Amino acid sequence: MLSTLNLRALIVASLATLLLIAAVIIGSRNLQNFDGALIAYLFGSVFAWFGLVYRYTVWLQRPPTRLYWRRGWQFFFSGRMFGHGWALVKHAFTDLGAQSFIRKRGLARWSGHMLMAWGCVIAFAVTFPLTFGWIHFTLASGTIDTYVAHVFGFALFSFPLNSFVAANIFHVLNWSSVMIIVGIGLMMRRRLTDAGQIAIQTFEGDILPLLLLAAIAVTGLGLTWDYEFMQGRAHQFMGITHAIVVILFLLWMPFGKFFHIFQRPAQLGVAIYRREGALGPQAVCRHTKDEFATQLHVDDLKAVTRELGYDFTRADGSSHLDLSPQGKRAALAKAHLAARKESGTYFG
Amino acid sequence: MQNTQIKTDEEFFIDPQRCIGCRACEMACAECETNGQTSMIHVDYVDRYISTQTSVQVCMHCEDPACARVCPADAITKDEFGIVHTANTARCISCANCVLACPFGVPKKMEETQIMMKCNMCYDRTSAGKRPMCATVCPSGALWFGKREKIAQMRPNSTPVNTFMFGAQTVRTKVNIMMPAGSTALSVD
Repeated sequence: MLSTLNLRALIVASLATLLLIAAVIIGSRNLQNFDGALIAYLFGSVFAWFGLVYRYTVWLQRPPTRLYWRRGWQFFFSGRMFGHGWALVKHAFTDLGAQSFIRKRGLARWSGHMLMAWGCVIAFAVTFPLTFGWIHFTLASGTIDTYVAHVFGFALFSFPLNSFVAANIFHVLNWSSVMIIVGIGLMMRRRLTDAGQIAIQTFEGDILPLLLLAAIAVTGLGLTWDYEFMQGRAHQFMGITHAIVVILFLLWMPFGKFFHIFQRPAQLGVAIYRREGALGPQAVCRHTKDEFATQLHVDDLKAVTRELGYDFTRADGSSHLDLSPQGKRAALAKAHLAARKESGTYFG
Repeated sequence: MQNTQIKTDEEFFIDPQRCIGCRACEMACAECETNGQTSMIHVDYVDRYISTQTSVQVCMHCEDPACARVCPADAITKDEFGIVHTANTARCISCANCVLACPFGVPKKMEETQIMMKCNMCYDRTSAGKRPMCATVCPSGALWFGKREKIAQMRPNSTPVNTFMFGAQTVRTKVNIMMPAGSTALSVD
């Protein structure tokens, strides 16, 4: 295991973990606002953070990923920051917020993914700040029916109990659980009925993440069900099972399918790369005589493939990668025809 | 994917010279469930201005797939049977690195859905012990799937080759191309 340890990733992840611990201590005002009942969740979150940063750092060291990472920042700060920035905002809304590209893959698929994604985002936005002690609630002094919400120890706003706002604040995790369960239903239906998916999916890669999310959402709703309708008689069972599945989720987040949540924003970097490439010269295929990609992309790929150990250089100094996909297919067909012709017979 | 019935003694053999451009394979390819009813096979006129020659291209499933190596999102994987799978939909960031790096010009980028797709040798069928759709309908034998001994018997003047030269790069593949008897490699350029 030690031989495969990535030293740079270990250092970056350790520093990031120390920063998170410092942010927890400072944000919770020396742990004054930290809720001790959430200590197991805090440990799970810190480990998940370490794992995520570690994997992300390893991922960024791969030649193609490193290239996009560097190019993305290089172009962002290249003097067209406002144009690129505005494009990024638009892509963040359409690609990450509305996930319009998934909509085009299918309505049920998009609905299921949107419900799960936004259910998770809402739940993350509530639970992580609570776990870190960055948010807490107190009774307003001199009242018995007004709550004050504190963020980083500063009183932010107050709201009356038994109000619409209070009901939604206290039940927001229930709403997100319902969203996630409906989303899982839609996605599970696809996993169980789509013959193509059944052929290529794996239990650990595709089914387990849905089951894990379902377990978190159902046990989370169970906590509310318990105190609303069971007089808290199953609180211990609900509390412990919920904690177990949430911590399993946190521990697995850096390794399994959920890593795509953190990987996906790379799509924004690709958008900048394309914008910048479109401003420069375009690559023209010597076979089709048509433009097929940006010259920037073709040149960068030549460098990346070389770094990966490939050498597509031809005898005349040009590269096989200078051909468009159609040009490459034609080159192969022509070479095959030439070989057949040379053998004296076209068929065999 | 764990419980596959892939027949490891059967292989894919292509012979572009036999392609008559009928596009039956395109129609059949769209029946593949793993592609979501989208045709992945390429049927091209090689040089339409001077010739009626057509050519067919499936994914060659490289031993060291450039598409997977250049993918910045780890979205393309090769399984234990040597099949290089289409991009993982959760990971693919639609950068088109694979489209431009594949020496055979196989992957397709679907602009609307922002995903790369490619032939995965009809995994829904081959994993159940069946032949890929395109090979079941090709009327001229340009696409053929079966045992090596059988094709040797059928085409005694040809040799299956799975080594290609693209410039200074040698690429070995799972899929074979039928070459004149005695050939060991196809030098593309």
